[in-house]
Amino acid sequence: MADVQRHVARFTHGSRIPGWDRAADLEKEPAVVPDAATTEVPGELRAAIEDAVRRFPVGDSAFIPALYAVQAQYGWCSPEGIEQAAAVLGRTPAALTAVATFYDMFEMEPLGRKSVYVCTNISCSLVGADQLLAALEEELGEDPDVNLRGFECLGACDIAPMASVDGVYVGPIELGEVPELANQIRQGDDPLPAKQLIRRPCADPKVAEQ
Amino acid sequence: MTDTLLFKGIDEPGLNTIDVYLARGGYTQLQRALKMKRGDLITELTGSGLRGRGGAGFPIGKKASFIPKGDMQKYVVCNADESEPGTFKDRELIQKNPHQLIEGLIIAAFAVDATINYIYIRGEYEQQADILDAAISEARDRGIIGENIFGSGFSVELELARGAGAYICGEETGLLDSLEGKRGNPRLKPPFPANEGLFNGPTLINNVETLSAIPSIIELGAEGYAAIGVKDSAGTKLVSISGNIERPGNYEVELGISSREIIYGLAGGPPDGRKIKCWFPGGSSTPVLTADDLDVGYDYDSIEAAGSMLGSGAIIVVDETQSVVELAYKLAKFYSHESCGKCTPCREGTRWTFHMVERIKEGTATPMDLDIMAAVQEQIIGHCLCVLGDAMAMPIGSLIAKFRDEFEAEIEANRNERERKLAAEFAAAEVEIEGISA
Ligand SMILES: Cc1cc2nc3c(=O)[nH]c(=O)nc-3n(C[C@H](O)[C@H](O)[C@H](O)COP(=O)(O)O)c2cc1C
Ligand code: SF4
Ligand code: FES
Repeated sequence: MADVQRHVARFTHGSRIPGWDRAADLEKEPAVVPDAATTEVPGELRAAIEDAVRRFPVGDSAFIPALYAVQAQYGWCSPEGIEQAAAVLGRTPAALTAVATFYDMFEMEPLGRKSVYVCTNISCSLVGADQLLAALEEELGEDPDVNLRGFECLGACDIAPMASVDGVYVGPIELGEVPELANQIRQGDDPLPAKQLIRRPCADPKVAEQ
Repeated sequence: MTDTLLFKGIDEPGLNTIDVYLARGGYTQLQRALKMKRGDLITELTGSGLRGRGGAGFPIGKKASFIPKGDMQKYVVCNADESEPGTFKDRELIQKNPHQLIEGLIIAAFAVDATINYIYIRGEYEQQADILDAAISEARDRGIIGENIFGSGFSVELELARGAGAYICGEETGLLDSLEGKRGNPRLKPPFPANEGLFNGPTLINNVETLSAIPSIIELGAEGYAAIGVKDSAGTKLVSISGNIERPGNYEVELGISSREIIYGLAGGPPDGRKIKCWFPGGSSTPVLTADDLDVGYDYDSIEAAGSMLGSGAIIVVDETQSVVELAYKLAKFYSHESCGKCTPCREGTRWTFHMVERIKEGTATPMDLDIMAAVQEQIIGHCLCVLGDAMAMPIGSLIAKFRDEFEAEIEANRNERERKLAAEFAAAEVEIEGISA
C-alpha cells in the first residue's frame, strides 16, 4: 500500500495528477506510418515537405522544416497536418509530435495566425517589457486572430522593450505607441516602420566614421 | 584602424549582397586559403590565438586540430542559435554581412576537409534567415559554393537550417540533435563532436562571430591578428550591451579594453546619471559583477580573475533602482523554462529555485530560504550533462552572495506586507461575523 502511494504522480502542490489510477488502454491500436497512397495531402504542403527532404536528405533532418510547413498550412501543428507530414516522410505521427512539442515556436493548439512575441527577459524587463506586454494584451483584447505571448530573449535587447510581429522585430516601443501598433497588427499592416530593427544603423561610432 | 575588423563597412548599403561584398575585396581571403596546405592553415588559426566567441572561449585552432583525418564525411556546423539573454551580436553580422560568415565558414571547412556544412539559425531570426539564405544562393550561383571552388579541387556544400525556439539548441550537442531532426537534448560527452558529431561524423562547431573572424586572420596573418588584444585574448570582440544603458547596441572592441570604457565611454552608462548596481559581463549565464569591478580589463583572463566569465560578450547593465529579487525571478524563470529535462539537478533545481524566488515575491519566504537556495545552486553546479544548470546557478549564487542584505530586506518587507493584508482581511471578516451575530 505504502509502495503504491509513493508511485502516485503528483503536482508540486501535492494533489494527484488526474488519470494517475487509470491503466494504459491496451485495446488501442498502435500508431503506424500513415499510408502514403491513401492519405490526402494538400499539394503545397507536399511540395514544401519534399523540398525539405531534398535539402536535408539524411535521417530525420527534414522534421523541423516539415513541421514549419504544417504550421504554415494549418496555422498550428494540427493532428491531421502531422498525419499528412508523417505520410510524406514515411514516419509515425508520434515521431513528429515528439519533436514538435519540444520547441516553443510550434503551436500544439489552434491559435491566432498572427504571432506577436513580446520579449520579457532580463534586458527588456529592465526597461519596461512587462508593462508593454500588459498594454498590448489590453489593447488587443481577446482577438482570435492574434497569438500574443511573452517570450524569452529574442536577441534584440538593443531595441528593448521590443516585440516580434510575425518575425518583424520592432522597438524600442513606447507605451504611447501601443494603440498604433495594435491597430497595425489587426490590419496586417507593416508594424511601426520607423522602429524596425532591420533599418537600424550599428551603434558603434567607429562604423560611421569609415 | 585595427580594432574594426568584423564591423568593417558594416553599414554600407547592400553589403549583404555578393556584388558589394566582392567589390570590397570579399572572398579573396578564401582564395588565398585554398592555396595553402591544410596543416598550415590550421597552424595559422592556432597561431592567431582566436578563442571561440560562443561562450566557452575554446581556441579555434586547437578545436580544428582535433578533427581526425581520413575519408569519412566531416562537417562544419555554424552555431547561429544566439539565444543567450543579452546577446545580439551574431544577428547584426548575419543581417548585414552574411558573406563574411560564409567566407570564414568555407575556409574552416577547407581546413578540416568538411564538404557538407550547415548553419543552424534560431527560428525567431526570420528576416536574418531570409537574408542569409539569399546570400548562400548567391554564393552558390557564383560557384563559391559547389564543386571544385576557385579551381582548387575542393567541393563544398552549405545549407541553412532553422531552429524553432529552444535555448538549449545553442548548446553544441543539443544543436546537433536538433539538426538531426530530434528534440534538442544535449548528449553525454565524450565522445566530443570533433570525433562523433553530426550523423556520427567528425564535426567542427563554431559560433558566427568566431567564423566571421577567420577572413581577417588570413588577411592579417596569424601574427598580425595575435598582436591585437592582450595575452591569451587575441583579436577584437563584439560586445552586445543592453539593460539600463544610454546607448545600447553592438560595439567592436579590442580585447583588454577596460570595462568602464565600454560601459561608460562607448555606451554612455545608465540613463539619468543613475549608479550601476551590478552587471553581467558575458550574458545572463555569467556571475554578476558590481560597480567595484568596472576597471577590470575586458578579456577572458581578467574577467575570470574577477570571478566571472566573458561568455558570449554580452554586457547587461542593471542600475541602482532595480530589485535583485526581480532579477533572480527572471533568471530562474528563463532557465527553468529552457531546461531540457534530461538531468535531475538541472530540471528540478531550476524549477525549485524559481518557486523559492516566487515565495520571496509573495511574502511567504524566510531568510533561511536564501541558504536553501544557495545550497541548491551548489548542488547543480558540475552535476549535469551540459552547463545550462550551472548557467542559472552561477548568476543566482552570485546575486545571493553579493546582495544578501537586499534579499533579506525584501523578504522582510514582503512578509510584512502580506501580514498587513491578511490582518486587514481578517478584521473585515470579523466585522462581518459580528454583524451576523448582532
Ligand atoms: C545552454 C547553452 C547555450 C548555448 N548557446 C549558444 C548559442 O546560442 N550560440 C553559440 O554560439 N554558442 C552557444 N553555446 C556554446 C556552444 O555549446 C559551443 O561552445 C559553441 O557554439 C562553440 O563555438 P565557439 O568555439 O566558436 O564559441 C551554448 C552553450 C550552452 C551550454
Ligand atoms: S543540464 Fe539541464 S539543459 Fe543540460 S542536458 Fe541536463 S537537463 Fe538538459
Ligand atoms: S532581453 Fe529582450 S530581446 Fe533580449
